[in-house]
Amino acid sequence: MIDKKNAKAYWKENIKYLTWLLIIWFIVSFGAGILFKDALNSIKIGGFKLGFWFAQQGSMYVFAILIFVYVRLMNKLDKKYGYDA
Amino acid sequence: MMHSLLAEGMGVQNWTYILVGITFTLYIGIAIWSRAGSTKEFYVAGGGVSPLANGMATAADWMSAASFISMAGIISFAGYDGAVYLMGWTGGYVLLALLLAPYLRKFGKFTVPDFIGDRYYSKTARIVAVFCALLVSFTYVAGQMRGVGIVFSRFLEVDINTGVIIGMLIVLFYAVLGGMKGITYTQVAQYCVLIFAFMVPAIFISIQMTGNPIPQLGFGGELTDGSGTYLLDKLDGLSTQLGFSEYTEGSKSLIDVFAITLALMVGTAGLPHVIVRFFTVKRVKDARKSAGIALLLIVLLYSTAPAVAVFARTNMIETVSNKPYAGVPDWFTKWETTGLISFTDKNNDGLIKYVANKEQNELIVDRDIMVLANPEIANLPDWVIALVAAGGLAAALSTAAGLLLVISASVSHDLIKKIINPKISEKGELIAARLSAVGAVCVAGYFGINPPGFVAAVVALAFGLAAASFFPAIILGIFYKRMNKEGAIAGMVAGITAMLLYMIKYKLGWFDETLPDKSEWWFGISPEGFGSIAMLLNFIVSIVIMKFTPAPPKDVQDIVENIRIPIGVGKAIKH
Repeated sequence: MIDKKNAKAYWKENIKYLTWLLIIWFIVSFGAGILFKDALNSIKIGGFKLGFWFAQQGSMYVFAILIFVYVRLMNKLDKKYGYDA
Repeated sequence: MMHSLLAEGMGVQNWTYILVGITFTLYIGIAIWSRAGSTKEFYVAGGGVSPLANGMATAADWMSAASFISMAGIISFAGYDGAVYLMGWTGGYVLLALLLAPYLRKFGKFTVPDFIGDRYYSKTARIVAVFCALLVSFTYVAGQMRGVGIVFSRFLEVDINTGVIIGMLIVLFYAVLGGMKGITYTQVAQYCVLIFAFMVPAIFISIQMTGNPIPQLGFGGELTDGSGTYLLDKLDGLSTQLGFSEYTEGSKSLIDVFAITLALMVGTAGLPHVIVRFFTVKRVKDARKSAGIALLLIVLLYSTAPAVAVFARTNMIETVSNKPYAGVPDWFTKWETTGLISFTDKNNDGLIKYVANKEQNELIVDRDIMVLANPEIANLPDWVIALVAAGGLAAALSTAAGLLLVISASVSHDLIKKIINPKISEKGELIAARLSAVGAVCVAGYFGINPPGFVAAVVALAFGLAAASFFPAIILGIFYKRMNKEGAIAGMVAGITAMLLYMIKYKLGWFDETLPDKSEWWFGISPEGFGSIAMLLNFIVSIVIMKFTPAPPKDVQDIVENIRIPIGVGKAIKH
């Protein structure tokens, strides 16, 4: 039988991770790539305007990194709560 | 001249036969090796696929003919606005990995309607979900079969219909024989073929134009012509000269870019053929990991596409703009005969005038050319050109197979086993699954040969439909224990109805004499972006109705608590 208190605490920590990761997800895509694109475009890195780069390159790299960070965090969390069978 | 043209054409064609022949033999070999023996193997490959194999299969499943053939071309013409597809179709994987895949894997059934039906303890909910799954998958698969036909006809000079039929036979063979198991391992092979085929020309051209072998860096680099100009600055300049908006700026409104990106992200996370891939791995942690691997492999192609778009557009403008029509290169004439490039000398000066102004513009270029003809425009070797054909076929076939499986499982498992005849034997259900796969292939082939005028328009909206129906129902089912069947059903019906009505009015124009103007769009949001509004509507309706109706029974609330914990997943079949 699953210990309810343990399960609740696990879920709470999971939600905390999700919230933070989704905030970053939002900032790099909808923030840097869309809402603040024009402001960021005044900064240039090599031939890339920064807003354009986030929209067509940077956001995608961050997305991939976010999932792997989540995988690591959750693997640790599973161990902490004894759910890593 | 005539002779050398012919010899060159033969070269490409022979290479294409060889490469397509080898890859098809490979797919058939895999299908024979991985036949499915049980419904569990047929629906979810026995549930024992490794995270790496599932990641590769998901990437191939996901990247369709549209991603491979059309996306770089669309970006090429849309400039910055093309980012909606790049961010939309990758950002959805973050939602999938964080909010859906692990919990659905823990739930551990065969299909998305399975989850909706059990979580919302209702046959009605299951039927609504089956309807949505079929609607989304059929619109999508018709486009894939058409893609197969187009690649065949352009590269092997067979009739489009013959191409569709060859594609149908191949998919039929490995999907019907192998089910999810056969599909998984052919998709692994197809990923390898398609990514190689996409990267090789991109790397060649990147070196040619910027001296950098990494296309992702190359398109932000300086040109190799010694001028010291950045490639993107040059393209911005060329675009404004010809009257287009600056390449790096785009022309869609901010709110529409926002809405489309959101609709595509959420729609991606709600597509049943992508979700079911996560039912095939062994453990919950494997589901998370394979989502990460899938996205990494997808981003490899998606981050290259905008580079290809910039290279191809610059190359094309430089090669043809203001050049005499009499002296155009061979590829121009070749693609002219397929109707994908057309030139009319409006001012009779013998020069090709390519400008934004529609009255004066003399050159019409189909966006698919940007990938298909790109290697020819850049004078790459014949085998590279042939490789693009094999890659396009791999992309279209892998996606078509994944969709067909969703369709057949919806019919044999969700309709026959769960609703019409629950007493059906395991063997009977497997036969039913295979027969519905055959039926689905035939319907898909029919639409590939006789595409109704609205298919192309509707494919882009499959995402809106998925966003408006499944995404909220699944998210609420996992994260909101109090959500009940009344709320979920009302939400799905409201979301999908709103999406269909908006689409019919503003995309197909069936309600009015003519298609209504953009200025009439609600909040300035296009039909492609309306999925995000329909999704919000689904969430709101679900929650409001839920407040006025009884809480779900105790055993359902226990299911929700159970799927949140990653241990105790059912047994997998060893491969």
